[in-house]
Amino acid sequence: MFFRFLNPALLMMLLLASGCEREQRRFDEPTAASAPVDSIRMTPQQPGPMTPVPATKAPYSENAYALNEGKRLYSAYNCEGCHFLGGGGMGPALMDDKWIYGSDPANIFETIVQGRPNGMPSFGAKIPRYQIWQLVSYVRSMSGLAKSDIAPNRNDSMQARPAEAMTKPEHPKQ
Amino acid sequence: MMHPLAIFMAADQSALRPAGPQSAHIHWLWDVMLWVSVAVYAIVMIILLAGAWKRRKATDPTPLTDSKLEQYIVAGVAVSTLILFGLLAASVAVGKATSDLDPRNGITVKVTGYQWWWRVEYVHPDPQQYVTTANEIHVPVGKPVTVVLTGADVIHSFWAPNLHGKRDLIPGQQTSLVLRADKPGVYRGQCAEFCGLQHAHMAFEVVAESQEQFDAWYSNQVKEAVAPQTPEQIRGQQVFLSHACVMCHTIRGTEAAARTGPELTHLKSRATIAACTLPNERGQLGGWISNPQSIKQGVRMPPNPLAPDELSALLGYLESLK
Repeated sequence: MFFRFLNPALLMMLLLASGCEREQRRFDEPTAASAPVDSIRMTPQQPGPMTPVPATKAPYSENAYALNEGKRLYSAYNCEGCHFLGGGGMGPALMDDKWIYGSDPANIFETIVQGRPNGMPSFGAKIPRYQIWQLVSYVRSMSGLAKSDIAPNRNDSMQARPAEAMTKPEHPKQ
Repeated sequence: MMHPLAIFMAADQSALRPAGPQSAHIHWLWDVMLWVSVAVYAIVMIILLAGAWKRRKATDPTPLTDSKLEQYIVAGVAVSTLILFGLLAASVAVGKATSDLDPRNGITVKVTGYQWWWRVEYVHPDPQQYVTTANEIHVPVGKPVTVVLTGADVIHSFWAPNLHGKRDLIPGQQTSLVLRADKPGVYRGQCAEFCGLQHAHMAFEVVAESQEQFDAWYSNQVKEAVAPQTPEQIRGQQVFLSHACVMCHTIRGTEAAARTGPELTHLKSRATIAACTLPNERGQLGGWISNPQSIKQGVRMPPNPLAPDELSALLGYLESLK
């Protein structure tokens, strides 16, 4: 009698346990978080034959908590002051497929750290590295470049656009 | 040196020591319910024990008749119903009495709940007289205080048991309560609605003081922050403005004007930091700035790995913000 119930119960527990790792929240980040790689390129053009550029991966691109933190920081640090909720205003839109300075996580990281001409301030000295990476992952999710089970599901206040998790992935163009 | 917990011992947090009319009403209701329940419990236990003591002999052939049993049940239900209706009436009367305080000739304080601290704003028709602070609410004794409540992120609840009952802070909505402190003192309050990881470290203090003391406090809070005087303080201000601090905090009179974190214009005038988690002393503040995550894990403030001389200068500046 006991063993008849054991297997389904065990299976259920294993199934639930499989969801554990994703929501790991890390609060105490190493202070010297990984710096971007030297291979960052602002343009696809190269002298001579084309060599492929390895795509980088943001440290938190697989972590739902980090993406939600990115979403919170996006308004806390007033990104929405210029980029609005992704549709753009004073600054370019972030929910479309156009990336002036590259869609690769390392490119976005450098754009936030260094700033860019015509208005994008340099945030490097003012925001901890790990928060910039959280912002990078969130910014990518705005155009559907994050997994839908990782991207934020809803806004806390104004529902000005579909949730990031519902956004269809764009195909970034340089 | 002051014991690190002395500051918390000074602040009273108890519904059993009311310091205002509403908490006195609530305390009265608490007393009524306690003693009625004690009496009911005692009577029931006496009847039960008496029944067990005076049990019928096993050989007694006459069973309890249905009509007699019915009488006992009817009497029991009737008495219980009457008592419960009595308590209901007392509860409704207290509910009305606590919300009946006249807010006229008082002050209005707007309290916004954040994960995990309280923004406190003194609403004034003249914008020059508008005061913003955090986690510490000063009120004049004997004057009604309208507390307007809202939540910035999730639902919180405002509860200073010496002064009033609980009231929820709901994002996108305003609730309010009117309280009055009749006795001077420091009353501790806390969030009473689970609001996330550091809910337990989301406290505040209500400082009830004489009108003169309150006016003196207020006129100081209205002022802009004092300009840095010593070279160390000047350097500290530069550290503040050139690091992450400036992204979230306001110091009026400087370029720091962000409203994500608590206002620091008069930081040193407050008794505690981190929503009553630590006393506001240099060492505690230094530890907090260096790594808040080791003190209040999950808090929104990031670690700030400053060079020792930078941290020291920053502390010197922050300590001057009286």
